[in-house]
Amino acid sequence: MMRVGPFEIERRPDPPLTWILGVSLLAILAAMAMSGVIFWSYGVDPLRAYGVIIRGTLFNAKALPEVVRFAIPMLLAGVGLVLAFRALFWNIGAEGQILAGATAATWVALFSPVPDALKLPMMFIAGFVGGALWGFIPALLKLRLAVNDVISTLMMNYIALYLVSWLVHGPWKGPEMRGFAFTNEFPPAAQIPLIAGTRIHWITLVLGIALALGVAFVLARTRLGFEIRVQGESSDAARYAGIDPMRTTLLVMLFAGGAAGLAGVGEVGGIHHRLLDPNQISLGFGYAAIIVAWLARGSPVAAILTSLFLGFIFTSGDVMKVALQMPARVTDVFNGLILFWLIGSERLLFYRVRWAPGRAVREPLPVGGAGADPGPPGISGGDQ
Amino acid sequence: MPVEAFLSLRNITKAFPGVVANDRVTLEVRPGEVHALLGENGAGKTTLMSILYGIYQPDAGEILLRGRPVRIRSPRDAIVHGIGMVPQHFLLVRRHTVAENIALGLAGTPPLFPARQVQRRVEELGERYGLAVDPRAPIWSLSVSEQQRVEILKALLRGAEILILDEPTSVLTPQEALNLFAVLRRMKQEGHAVIFITHKLDEVMAVADRVTVLRKGRLVDTVPVARTDKRALTRMMVGRDVEVRLQKTPRVPEGEALSVEDVWARSDRGLPALRGVSFTVRRGEILGMAGVAGNGQREQVEVLTGLRRTERGRVRVLNRDMTNHSARQVFEAGVAHIPEERVRMGIVPAMTVAENLVLRRYRYPPFCRGQLLDLEEISAFARRLIAEYEIATPTPRTPARSLSGGNIQRLILAREFSGGPGLIIAAHPTSGLDVSATEQIHALLLQRREEGAGVLLVSEDLDEVLALSDRIAVIFGGEIMGIVPAAEANREGIGLMMTGQRP
Repeated sequence: MMRVGPFEIERRPDPPLTWILGVSLLAILAAMAMSGVIFWSYGVDPLRAYGVIIRGTLFNAKALPEVVRFAIPMLLAGVGLVLAFRALFWNIGAEGQILAGATAATWVALFSPVPDALKLPMMFIAGFVGGALWGFIPALLKLRLAVNDVISTLMMNYIALYLVSWLVHGPWKGPEMRGFAFTNEFPPAAQIPLIAGTRIHWITLVLGIALALGVAFVLARTRLGFEIRVQGESSDAARYAGIDPMRTTLLVMLFAGGAAGLAGVGEVGGIHHRLLDPNQISLGFGYAAIIVAWLARGSPVAAILTSLFLGFIFTSGDVMKVALQMPARVTDVFNGLILFWLIGSERLLFYRVRWAPGRAVREPLPVGGAGADPGPPGISGGDQ
Repeated sequence: MPVEAFLSLRNITKAFPGVVANDRVTLEVRPGEVHALLGENGAGKTTLMSILYGIYQPDAGEILLRGRPVRIRSPRDAIVHGIGMVPQHFLLVRRHTVAENIALGLAGTPPLFPARQVQRRVEELGERYGLAVDPRAPIWSLSVSEQQRVEILKALLRGAEILILDEPTSVLTPQEALNLFAVLRRMKQEGHAVIFITHKLDEVMAVADRVTVLRKGRLVDTVPVARTDKRALTRMMVGRDVEVRLQKTPRVPEGEALSVEDVWARSDRGLPALRGVSFTVRRGEILGMAGVAGNGQREQVEVLTGLRRTERGRVRVLNRDMTNHSARQVFEAGVAHIPEERVRMGIVPAMTVAENLVLRRYRYPPFCRGQLLDLEEISAFARRLIAEYEIATPTPRTPARSLSGGNIQRLILAREFSGGPGLIIAAHPTSGLDVSATEQIHALLLQRREEGAGVLLVSEDLDEVLALSDRIAVIFGGEIMGIVPAAEANREGIGLMMTGQRP
């Protein structure tokens, strides 16, 4: 407990669910208010803007499936990130892992001798392996050489980006594409079927939901999940219990990269039907997936809902472009603001501020919970 | 009163959750004296000094400076009042130079190139007090003792008239310590007062004018060093009365539970921490390991539990060679480990009580089948242990972090003892716990001894070691000073061994 003027600040390690939801909602509202200022400075009445956005997305039969379409890649990448974050591996590289998966799937679709009937399954498998490899490299670098995971995963994004860019401008550039930097179009057998009248490639969607449920099961009910949770919550306790951090981290990153790779397969196989400019394959889904995972607060099932929320934001970007004549990149600004407020509100979650004026007689301090709270630095040192 | 007190702390009381760190402590410091603050770990020395330096506010009591009551709200306040502190862990920017570090936050320096002006003053003060250090050298290039000089200079340049040194010699070699003492004597001549926190008797005798002894948060006495000796100080420091009387039945120890032969190991910092340690623990015996903190106990426990590599020597557990085996292999061999860092290592605070109870055994039947955990089996097991060990928790699904310290320790003991270990390594098993939890844990350790387990009890609480052990080993500087049967042990003898003297 700390005292600042007439306030007492108290730590509470287990905030109730309603409090978490409330604070998250408040953070999103704050982000919306700040974006409102941007709308306003752009000459658009913010209230009208939000009205147009909500009408243009949630109450529009054409736009509603787009919410799901955008949610698919962010769900897949987001579920992987939920797992990585649970194991305390700060994977900022889902973007690169998406591109790696897309590239591997393109190779299967265009250049491999795989028979038509096996094309789609092989594309998904190759995409998973491609993304997994992209996630495996920084994991290995961290475990073997203690390379910072944030930086290595982030840098791997640029390697993937320029690799794809080189492929579509160079060796894989399609002769049928009349000078555009695209590969040839995928053969029909390599195109993921859509739900009629929408751009929802349902196989990928089902995969995403299945993985979310699967990860939830693994975390709650298996030995591996137990080890991942121990490793993520307390590396000292993991050492004490003899859990091998190498094994858990590598498995987690293989999965996280692989899941993001599947998202890449969905984008090239379901939407574009070709490999093209990396910024068109992924509209920053790998970065937005970080918000998906953060909002989900460690729950893979919650990532289904939070990816739909981000899908809504991406769709609203289209509405803003068309109905409000604003640049679609406004969504990036909005996403950035949400993440900023969410992370900024983190402290609020775990502390309670109480109005308690006067240096009144303190209640006898309870022993309960004392051990769990490290308290201010210095107290935990042996000499008290 | 012959000399006017420069600083007095009167009836200072400070409580933390579950422990009273200072109980009506009074301390007077005169100008031009080196005043030692002596006590075991946990005696309340650092808390008292943290109050004086404004880090904590006392619950009761007052601080008088030159006879006038003052309130010290923060370290900044303390500096304004002329109180400086050299912390145990230095607060220096490693990439900056000495002068830059000293100039940082120093009042009255110019906004541009603040370090330049400081350089001259650093050299001046360095000469006056024998604190030679190159003001242009970056911190990372300095030895630990030089960094300590920088901290002292920092305090002096801020006008410290009272300098608090928190266990200053713990990071120094004996030669460096002698140099530091010379500096302290020089400061004394210049009229500064020095408060010297320590638990080493030799240092008190060597450098202090008066000494104040604390024990378990209370003032024992303040005496002039000239009128006391090490034996008397030891007695004051560790206390005379045995507070806990335990029912310990005589028992003939059986076969060997643990044998340690000439074990060498390094600390995290790469310094030699164990230098050829040898001892044995038999089944049905408690071997107490006494010693001042930081003399190799932590490394000893880690070597025995598979958490630290042995450089040389052999460890045999229950007649099997276990030298440099993994933590998991050591546990599987029948070794229970009650770790020193209860919350950081002993439990996973965010996970449930039930999950924490199977932290060691989740991967074996009946708690799992293949990869799948058997949650019902885990929960039944947890309920059984919660009842058996009287762990106060609302449900087995409560996160372990919401348990009290005593219940966290019960949880750890329940988990570690449930496998029927042949050897128990208990590190500071009751530190910071209340009386009832302490008694219960003592009883549990004795019960295991009855049942034929060997116990290595590492503790800084001499009362605990004397009450529970069959034999007592004293460790100092990574070496065993001696092993004596508890029946023949006396506090003074052990206390002297703890300060590095062989019997």
